[in-house]
Amino acid sequence: MEILVCAKRVPDTAENEIQLDRSGTEIGRDDLVYSVNEPDNYAVEEALQIAARTGGKVTVVTVGGEEDEEVLRREMAMGAARGVLLSDDAFEGSDGRALAAILKAYVQTEHFDLILTGVQADDGCAQVGGMLAAMLDYPFASVVTSIEVLEGRKLKIGREIEGGSKEISAIDLPCVLSIQTGINEPRYVGMRGIRQVASVPIPTLGAAALAIPPGTVGAAAARVKRQDYFVPPEGKGAEMLQGNRDEIVDKLIDLLKAKGGLN
Amino acid sequence: MPPVFAYIVHRSGVADDTAAELLAAARRIDPGRPVTAIVTGWGDDLDGTCEGLRAVYPEIWKIARETLACPNAELVRQALVQVLPAGAILLVPHGHFGVDLSPGLSVKLNAAYVPDVLEIEGVEGVWLQAVRQEFGGQVSAHVRANMAHGAVLNIRPGAFRPADRASAAGQIVDQSAKVGALTARRVYLETIAAQTGDVDITKEAVLVSIGRGIGEQENVAIAEDLAEAMGAAVSCSRPVVDAKWLDKSRQVGSSGQTVRPKVYLACGISGSFQHLAGIKGNPFLVAINKNPKAPIFRVADVGIAGDILEFLPALAARVRQEACLPGTGLPGKGRRA
Repeated sequence: MEILVCAKRVPDTAENEIQLDRSGTEIGRDDLVYSVNEPDNYAVEEALQIAARTGGKVTVVTVGGEEDEEVLRREMAMGAARGVLLSDDAFEGSDGRALAAILKAYVQTEHFDLILTGVQADDGCAQVGGMLAAMLDYPFASVVTSIEVLEGRKLKIGREIEGGSKEISAIDLPCVLSIQTGINEPRYVGMRGIRQVASVPIPTLGAAALAIPPGTVGAAAARVKRQDYFVPPEGKGAEMLQGNRDEIVDKLIDLLKAKGGLN
Repeated sequence: MPPVFAYIVHRSGVADDTAAELLAAARRIDPGRPVTAIVTGWGDDLDGTCEGLRAVYPEIWKIARETLACPNAELVRQALVQVLPAGAILLVPHGHFGVDLSPGLSVKLNAAYVPDVLEIEGVEGVWLQAVRQEFGGQVSAHVRANMAHGAVLNIRPGAFRPADRASAAGQIVDQSAKVGALTARRVYLETIAAQTGDVDITKEAVLVSIGRGIGEQENVAIAEDLAEAMGAAVSCSRPVVDAKWLDKSRQVGSSGQTVRPKVYLACGISGSFQHLAGIKGNPFLVAINKNPKAPIFRVADVGIAGDILEFLPALAARVRQEACLPGTGLPGKGRRA
């Protein structure tokens, strides 16, 4: 099975505090540690496991710039056969819909049986996979936590729904699935693996190669635009306990006693 | 003036809590504009839901089809594309069904899509101004959406307070005949109920809940030790289950369990809305996190900025001293003066 995984390089929120910069309307990006969006990494692992069972290979694609190649190389070190970068000045400022349109144009230059994305990225939009599926007129399922390959170009998939329950469906190939974290245990990538793919060329495709008409993607075409970042007023907020650790523990013990937290 | 539409999620003949929240959100777009609920489904569940909505919405569009009895976003999308007028504004709850339905629906309607909306600040011409969150709620963002071709807005559950005032008896309009053939390439098979674990965290009065900040599997024992000292149970947020450090039955959140403890200690949990959605009953919420800007501190009653790996053992030791009151005759751990 030929599998495409759409990945994104994002600030690693486990490693970073996201804060506003001096302008007060943008986040400070200078000291951020970037990595592959966590759900995308699970998607690559899932793709590799499916390809190992069914044959075929895994391609990882991202929309961005040169700095995003590191994400492609990381996923190639995991086992993806190739990475592809979709990059053009005309893509700058694209909204989710335009990103889906760029990816659609790429998908149509190749043949893929299955397309995976992470469930959502740093902006929490969870939108590109569903939009891409609709543009390709492929079936789609979001928040997928299990995939089983069936006979007759079908998959049996589980979706995570409310209350820890799982909704099981059959879905026709080709399709687009958005992958939830926890679906598998992504393999470890060591420095050695990264070094082995360090000099593998990464094909870069722009708007012309993808036959994307001018003005249909990028900032000018965006229907949804982020104006600024801000931190909402604190509101009531938590009463922060102050003092050295012993003092804080004492205060907390008193509060827990009062609230029934010590049985 | 065309109505704003609200897609109603329902179960067992009852509309979800978000039904009234969508009405409140629609009024933020334009308080003078009518709001119409759209309900898809089949049989008694559908009829019961529509009947219940008459107290909330002035008009309810009912779309009855046997294949819509089971959740299937692909079929619902086709039905909505057939009944919605051009340029419609549709509100959808940003839950597991909403993320399945709305991105593709917006493409098929050629409408703008804004996911996970927390606030609607107003409309200027064709531009809607809304508030979202990014980076797991660490920062908010103003976004503008061009509604010239309509819009699909996914509304975060719990973000809009329903109005107290209920509308007069709403009118149910059966739109089923407007919907032609529906075909899906995704077929619903079954729902597998959540598995119960060794401990039922939904019944516990005190929860020591751990998140990504616990760092590694070995450290889970630190939380278990504190829970044992407090007579509490250990629960967790999603990353701990993803890492397979605790069973899924211990997960609190919209995709895990809904808990109603008296006291909730959030340890190394940043406080995503999906996690907070699983904490009900207004418990005394203590947050311990090394990031003083973590969103959990906005909702906690009491906050402690610090490393849980150091703080939890200190707290456990002190709880054990507390239990060992003077006069119990136990050696060693007397109360500090």
